Amino acid sequence: MGKKSQVIEREEVVIRFSGDSGDGMQLTGTLFSDTAALFGNDLTTFPDYPAEIRAPQGTVGGVSGFQVHLGHSEINTPGDFSDVLVAMNPAAIKANAKWIKKGGTIIYDIDNFTEKNIIKAGYEKDPVQEEKLSGYNIIAAPISSMVKETLKDMSLEPKSILRTKNMFALGMVYWLFDRELKYTEDYFDKKFHKSPDVAEANKIALRAGYYYAETIEALSPVYKILPAMIAKGTYRNINGNTATAWGFLAAAEKAGLKIFIGSYPITPATGILEELAARKDLGVKSFQAEDEIAGICTSLGASFAGNLAITSTSGPGLALKSEAIGLAVMTELPIVIVDVQRGGPSTGLPTKTEQADLMQALYGRNGESPVVVIASSTPSDCFHFAFEAARIALEHMTPVLLLTDSYLANGTEPWKVPDMKDLPKINPRYADKNETPFLPYKRDEEKLARSWAIPGTPGLEHRIGGLEKTDKGTVSYVPENHEKMVKVRDEKIARVANEIPDLVPQGPVSGDILVVGWGGSYGYLVTAVRELQTEGHKVSLAAFNYINPLPRNVKDVFRRFKKILVCELNLGQFADYLRMKHQEFTYDQVNKVQGIPFTINDIKDKCIKMLEDM
Amino acid sequence: MEEVTVNKYIPKDFKSDQEVRWCPGCGDHAILSSVQKAMTELGIPKEKFAFISGIGCSSRFPYYMDTYGFHGIHGRASAIASGVKVANPELSVWQMTGDGDALAIGGNHFIHVIRRNIDINIILFNNEIYGLTKGQYSPTSAKGLVTKTSPYGTVEEPFSVGELVIGAKGKFFARTIDTNIALSTQIYIEAAKHKGTSVIEALQNCVIFNDGIHDTIADKEVRDDRTVILKHGQPMIFGKGNDKGLILDGLKLKVVKLGEKGVSENDLLIHDSHEENPGIHYMLANMKYPDYPVALGVIRAVPWQTYEQLVKEQIEAVQKNSKIKNVNDLLMSGSTWKVE
Repeated sequence: MGKKSQVIEREEVVIRFSGDSGDGMQLTGTLFSDTAALFGNDLTTFPDYPAEIRAPQGTVGGVSGFQVHLGHSEINTPGDFSDVLVAMNPAAIKANAKWIKKGGTIIYDIDNFTEKNIIKAGYEKDPVQEEKLSGYNIIAAPISSMVKETLKDMSLEPKSILRTKNMFALGMVYWLFDRELKYTEDYFDKKFHKSPDVAEANKIALRAGYYYAETIEALSPVYKILPAMIAKGTYRNINGNTATAWGFLAAAEKAGLKIFIGSYPITPATGILEELAARKDLGVKSFQAEDEIAGICTSLGASFAGNLAITSTSGPGLALKSEAIGLAVMTELPIVIVDVQRGGPSTGLPTKTEQADLMQALYGRNGESPVVVIASSTPSDCFHFAFEAARIALEHMTPVLLLTDSYLANGTEPWKVPDMKDLPKINPRYADKNETPFLPYKRDEEKLARSWAIPGTPGLEHRIGGLEKTDKGTVSYVPENHEKMVKVRDEKIARVANEIPDLVPQGPVSGDILVVGWGGSYGYLVTAVRELQTEGHKVSLAAFNYINPLPRNVKDVFRRFKKILVCELNLGQFADYLRMKHQEFTYDQVNKVQGIPFTINDIKDKCIKMLEDM
Repeated sequence: MEEVTVNKYIPKDFKSDQEVRWCPGCGDHAILSSVQKAMTELGIPKEKFAFISGIGCSSRFPYYMDTYGFHGIHGRASAIASGVKVANPELSVWQMTGDGDALAIGGNHFIHVIRRNIDINIILFNNEIYGLTKGQYSPTSAKGLVTKTSPYGTVEEPFSVGELVIGAKGKFFARTIDTNIALSTQIYIEAAKHKGTSVIEALQNCVIFNDGIHDTIADKEVRDDRTVILKHGQPMIFGKGNDKGLILDGLKLKVVKLGEKGVSENDLLIHDSHEENPGIHYMLANMKYPDYPVALGVIRAVPWQTYEQLVKEQIEAVQKNSKIKNVNDLLMSGSTWKVE
């Protein structure tokens, strides 16, 4: 195709597609990421959309965005500031102006910059001037009118024609990044094989955008990002919710069990239920319950009956499930509860990310009610930690709470697909058929786990329930028995630490600052820490995935650093937890509760200030 | 279902080693006996029974059965039982619940299990009072009932269990009285054989907090005249000496005396529990003394597809057509690329 006027090779670049919720920005971003991944770039994506399906058109509240960070080297975050912003309306400029890199490129649909839309977005006359963007590379393209013109001969409704304007914009971006159109064209052929007209219209709009960008030559520099140097293997793009669902499927196969998922739809966790509901081919029984409580209670019933039991939810749903999690603790049944965290409390910020459910996960139940709590750190490692959660639940006979978050759930990254033969076998703790009478609360000495006697097995008939019991399963209110059982349930969870991996700091094992984080903020922390290391600072990272119990060597890792800086998207819940578990250390904090992830600078600035003060 | 006769049980085989802790004289003892008796006649191996409960006096039931049992949390037994049955459709699943457990805190789960028609048997002990918390009014307490939380009488309309079951698209509803062991046993057997959610309202006497609440109709002296035991295919006849019956008069049921005004047994309604249209079942379930006799027996038993059967069929159909046979197939499905 055409000759590029000026080509700049870049290590990495951030692109943000932004428009009305109905403008198809999520699809545009996804198609762009898939094309970049197929090209061999490493990347991370971050969809950012309003809670309302169709918020008022043209308003800042209704802006839906999709950010892609791609690079030649390892990419761990969707990026803080964008090199390129595609803005379908003035509101998209309003929502993103402060997140564009100085001198970056802004492509916008001038046809949508009507007086009405400009005022609706909160500007007076000229967004570019009012945001002081004149030094930027501004491309005001008449996107709407051009798709109308290009597709005027097609027998499509005017509405359907306008709907292709996102593809025109995508075509422009493909030119800018020197990408092939083939993947996207194939996608339309497949997606609209029943309406070839629509497929054709989208393909024409895409090509028209590409050629328009070539023609105007205003789109310079053209960015070139070489493929990333990544390990050999088969790759795919995956988001956190799908990876979580697939991790459970892998665990079920390795345990020789069927999956039962009882859940109630809730943003941003619904994707897990949807993905498992689609997996009837692998025998999944998915149960869309009447409420959150029924979600976990049906799952707990299925666990009693011998299935791998899952329930997925987000913060408000976790609150509703509390009593039933307590029942799972008391009956010592295996079940995994996934909490895809979002901004809270209450309904809070349903589509935004936060890490503020930690205390709820650890302690949000009546009585002494310990559960295993683990957290995923990237979209793709949700697979691994879902597998781990199921393994621990089945081998230790306990509920396990898996924490992910909105950012992980919706974010995607390329993932080297594992081979099932490389994953460990899971050994559920079945009761011995000859062990009659079966004593439900008899434990193995090593793990203190009880055995799982599946209804239908002759001779193992037994009763369990929420009332305190003796070892034999008899209801008991004897004071000493209760205390003994409380302690043994606690010790059972503590002993999970015997088989979880040690905490390994990234970077030198000693130094000035140990940045500490947990779960989904990993990508930002590791990027910040690596940049600090490159700049010559003695800073390392300790990223936690196992929260309860903590790895056994925490103290040994912490004591080799002068300062410990705990960074999390809440007011300091993990820092407080560490203060309780490891009182011998002093903890500094970086906290953010804006419904958005950290920026690299949030972490770096604090570290640099601390280093200066040392 | 074909009966298997290899398992010869006696009621004692279903008694667990736990001491029964209900109050002396409580109606629950009679219900336990009836259930244990019914179990012996079902031809189902003991290990296939699962008794699930919520919270309340009735919910202690699983502890007294030598079967698989799960004593859950307040109101959630329908959900737990649904999970048990869907996970393992081979089990005979029984939910033991009360008027508070099923209709107040558990109302949502109760209507939805019925709507889904999952094959579980729900025995709802209705004593119109909260017993375990010592005497507060329940969703079935008569309007005006004076209790500890309604010292001046309740101002709430009570639920009628049958009305609620039918409203939730229920396919099986029966009513019995705790002390009538023969009738109860027979109903529990019919409920077990019915495929789908079976709800049995057991009018139960709380000897401490609501003693005698059902006496008006349950007392030996009067019960023949104040209740009608419905049998599928039989005329709706009742009374001492079978001297009364039910007919349809316009849009309403009407009690008639046989022999009066030329009314004979041939004029009476014939009970059809299999009728899909719930109209007559609804009127029968709602009959109240003194205008009508209270209906006992199986009022509604309509054959219908069960949830778990549909799930099984759907899984089999999808598996037949899908290329994904295991997790490796799934991992490699869709868009992937190779890095050499």
